[in-house]
Amino acid sequence: MFHPMDQFIVKPLFGHGPIEFYTPTNVTLWMALAVLATVALFVLGTRGRAIVPSRVQSVAELAYGFIYKMVEDITGHDGVKYFPKIFTLFVFIIFTNYLGLLPMSFTPTSHIAVTAVLGFGVFFAVTILGFVKHGAHFLGLFWMSDAPLILRPIIAIIEVISYFVRPVSHSIRLAGNIMAGHAVIKVFAGFAAIAAISPVSVAAIVAIYGLEVLVAFIQAYVFTILTCVYLKDALHPGH
Amino acid sequence: MATESTADAAHGAADIGACVNDAGSAIGMPQLCVDWMPNQIFWLVVTLVVIYFVLSRIALPRIGGVLAERKGTITNDLAAAEELKAKAVEAEKAYQDALARARTEAAKIVAEARAEIQKDLDAATARADAEIAAKAAESEKRIGEIRAGALDAVTEVAKDTAKELVAALGGKADARSVTAAVTARLKG
Repeated sequence: MFHPMDQFIVKPLFGHGPIEFYTPTNVTLWMALAVLATVALFVLGTRGRAIVPSRVQSVAELAYGFIYKMVEDITGHDGVKYFPKIFTLFVFIIFTNYLGLLPMSFTPTSHIAVTAVLGFGVFFAVTILGFVKHGAHFLGLFWMSDAPLILRPIIAIIEVISYFVRPVSHSIRLAGNIMAGHAVIKVFAGFAAIAAISPVSVAAIVAIYGLEVLVAFIQAYVFTILTCVYLKDALHPGH
Repeated sequence: MATESTADAAHGAADIGACVNDAGSAIGMPQLCVDWMPNQIFWLVVTLVVIYFVLSRIALPRIGGVLAERKGTITNDLAAAEELKAKAVEAEKAYQDALARARTEAAKIVAEARAEIQKDLDAATARADAEIAAKAAESEKRIGEIRAGALDAVTEVAKDTAKELVAALGGKADARSVTAAVTARLKG
């Protein structure tokens, strides 16, 4: 019998040595595959530079247009110069999510260590950017000038707390969703070994898998759109 | 044998770290295994940097260029279509103008031709009238002559006949008195 959490174990690709920070592991392999997928879709797929796009090129253009419009709509025109960074996040998350749905694969985004780097990375980048752009005025984000004067300090405390919770929720949301879905599939797969309930559990695996296909996209989308919202707060702290 | 495999597993477990048990299964949540985190973070940063450079140096400028080029092409094509449409409208207007001009020209020519024909016709009619009048006058004269001639002849015949009748009845016809009688009778 396997353990449902075994799929999240980090293993060295070669030998049994201890896992140093530079050891090539299954994390390395599946992130490298995400890089290859990125290159295949966005570099090889667009090498024709066709005015009338091929199928692969039109998918790449669709992704580009989707995120570009999102960044432009939420952050405004001055946020567009951060588009490549936001697009990098989206592409990384969506490819690791979808590659992680292959049987026997490993999903880097199911690890809090990975998503926390992403989430806190966005948090620090956005906070530093806000102070660099607006200096002390960035603190106006927490000071509701249109609220009654008595309530303003209380609201400010709540706003500060919610601001510092952002990176935590931002990263746990992604890792939690991905991890939970994969674990549930493995739990049902464990039940599939029992003959009496195996049809039910196989049907459940199919259903959960369909849900996970949806979640893989939605979580990448949510992570990206929240990044845009946080960036907007840094660029335009006035409410 | 059993001890060997156990020793192997223990050895392997010791190498992998404290987050995996002797059987190679996870202890608790692998997500919380601190031993693995530096490795994940390191490779994540490497991956993000690689993806960022691939996208920002090659893919995104290319796709942006293609999209801009396509937009430009579409705009140009639309502008060209607009221009062609304007030209077509202009050509149609020119055609209509030419048509209207031709129509007025034709009407003018028709009117001119009609006036000319009318003039000719009038002249010919006048000439014919004059000829007819001349002919009619001539005929009148001749009819008058004929009529006059006929009157003379009738007088002559009447005189002769009267003379002959008088002679036949045994009278001695005095030519002058017969003539006077006939003339008086004719006037009568």
